Amino acid sequence: MVGASLWLTGTVVSAESATPSGRILMVDVPGWPGNLAGQHLDLRLTAEDGYQAVRSYSIASVGSATTIELAVDELPDGEVSPYLVRDVQPGDQLEVRGPLGGYFVWRETQPEPVQLIAGGSGVVPLMAMSRAHHRTGSTAPFRLLYSVRTPENAYFTDELAGFESDSFRLDWVYTRSAPEGWPAAPGRLMRDTLEAAAIPAEQQPTVYVCGPTGFVEAASRLLLDLGHEEARVRTERFGGY
Amino acid sequence: MSVFSRGFGLRRRESDPSLPPGQYLTEDFPVLSAGPTQFVDTDDWRFFLQTEKGRTEWSWAEAMALPIEEVATDIHCVTRWSKLGTSWRGISLDSIFAGVDTEYRYVMAHSYGGYTTNVPLDDLLGGKAWLAFEFDGEPLEPVHGGPMRLLVPHLYFWKSAKWVRGLQMQQNDDPGFWEQNGYHLRGDPWKEQRYW
Repeated sequence: MVGASLWLTGTVVSAESATPSGRILMVDVPGWPGNLAGQHLDLRLTAEDGYQAVRSYSIASVGSATTIELAVDELPDGEVSPYLVRDVQPGDQLEVRGPLGGYFVWRETQPEPVQLIAGGSGVVPLMAMSRAHHRTGSTAPFRLLYSVRTPENAYFTDELAGFESDSFRLDWVYTRSAPEGWPAAPGRLMRDTLEAAAIPAEQQPTVYVCGPTGFVEAASRLLLDLGHEEARVRTERFGGY
Repeated sequence: MSVFSRGFGLRRRESDPSLPPGQYLTEDFPVLSAGPTQFVDTDDWRFFLQTEKGRTEWSWAEAMALPIEEVATDIHCVTRWSKLGTSWRGISLDSIFAGVDTEYRYVMAHSYGGYTTNVPLDDLLGGKAWLAFEFDGEPLEPVHGGPMRLLVPHLYFWKSAKWVRGLQMQQNDDPGFWEQNGYHLRGDPWKEQRYW
């Protein structure tokens, strides 16, 4: 299922600034076996003297395409992310291995409602799920709650807006500053907001939560408070606590 | 043919011989869990050891009456962070297994919340594994697996099951949660046993 032992050579096709601290990279990887929505990969960089570093990144693209999309936020004191966000250019090479992970995934055969909850760049695997939902014409009710510091910090804003339909709803939470005329004051995700913007527990959605540890901790606690069953809440976190 | 990433390596971290291959050092304590954090009160906490011959159970007070050890160790997560020189207090699994009669050589650890992970018995005995309830002099926080987690620091840290509630002996090395989802059955960081 994993086939993860093989490193494949990728060539950066494009590297576009997407937020004040992040870029979207398109990487062409001949031989990439395709990936499910929500999976991640290992990315390896090699310096000219042979020094290597490997990090895991969620994949924003989905399906059989061999051009994969990553969205990378620069981490303070990072070693790999600053290179990917500042330095790498189209034509540069890197290596990837994957896809990895068989749990934090959505398959188009899942009929149940799905609630996605993203904090910051945690939207990446949820973007892959949203794309899969859109492309396959799935009628499973989807709802994405996306928490960002400011509108400028959001990835994939236009594409996500284009998904909105009877079976896909998009809700925003702004934690530092909201667009002009936004009905709510900026602030972190609260119980009322979650209750209003999430598929109710009675409908037994599968919930995917991805973001920084503090965000995922807060969101998953609220979900349990609202009656969501633990076994239906899947989490993916990054960073310390 | 080698692949080089043009211009990479300027911000490299110092290498450290204590780091297994492919790991980097963190001062942070990252959190990885497949689901919500469990909040288990020590009054409600129970721990079991189930063999083919019977079952033993401990309450929190009974567990605390077992010999308690200080553990200073490095920990290594399969997601590539390592943390060196961490300090814990816990109960050696040698104490848990003292006098226990079993023919089985494999163990499935079970957690509150449903998580499981498989470990060979040999990896739990001989002063290599603990039930840990303190980190850095403080009660272990729920987000890091408190009140009690398994601590098997010579294997990748997903083997150190958070919110552990029991060990079940098994005849075969049946896979646990992450092991069914693509991770290695044993997970030795020095051999880079990350994935199948």
